Amino acid sequence: MIEIFTWVQVAVAVSAGLLCLVLGLAGKAPADLTMGALALVEVLLVVQLVVAIAAPAFGNTATGSVLEFYVYLISALLLPPAAALWALVERSRWSTVILGVAALSIAVMVYRMQQIWAYQVA
Amino acid sequence: MSPTTASRTLGVGRLLIAVYAVLALAATARSFVQIVERFDEAPVAYLLSAVAGVVYIVATIALIKQGPFWYRVAWATISFELLGVIVVGILSLVDAELFPSDSVWSFFGRGYLFIPLVLPILGMLWLSRQGQRNAVEASA
Repeated sequence: MIEIFTWVQVAVAVSAGLLCLVLGLAGKAPADLTMGALALVEVLLVVQLVVAIAAPAFGNTATGSVLEFYVYLISALLLPPAAALWALVERSRWSTVILGVAALSIAVMVYRMQQIWAYQVA
Repeated sequence: MSPTTASRTLGVGRLLIAVYAVLALAATARSFVQIVERFDEAPVAYLLSAVAGVVYIVATIALIKQGPFWYRVAWATISFELLGVIVVGILSLVDAELFPSDSVWSFFGRGYLFIPLVLPILGMLWLSRQGQRNAVEASA
């Protein structure tokens, strides 16, 4: 993992999460802005996956459990499509809140992935 | 007024289901890693984590599905979770060897922001409200 990229990713996920929570609680149904925010979070996760696969070849290896790292990453990758599918099926304010919950969960998971990669001793 | 209230209740229920789904994924994925990597360190705790993960998945499905059968399944699984988090929470305080801090229910779900302790209670509140609504609809 590249630490600076991780922090950008956490910041984007937290921002997207708060945005969706606020708009959802204000009564807004999922819209281009909130769905787009989740799409951005998903794109960054895909980039993270590519980085994670490529990094060991450049001497950037995980200190912790690689299995645990990938279980987190793949779980995180599943969340935005699941939340977005929900938002398409049910266009209510709570679907927007759910988008926010998904984004905030991802922020925590990415933070945990950084810990596993950089600090955890296997 | 009443249709708005009903749909909002339904909406909050959806949020509950979403949080259940995330917890089910987290608990199942984590116990999978624990069992694959270090099962012999704490077999009881890790097996229980796996069981908890599966029960969260069943609870999530039961909350989504309609009908009296799934309503009972939801009650059963959510009660099991509340019992589990309380019993394991107490046991983990008494015997730290048996339940290391990284099982789902250890220390009342501390590793999961105490969500495993709070969620079954919210789930029960929601189910009992739903039960009342179903009773009203049936009598109407």
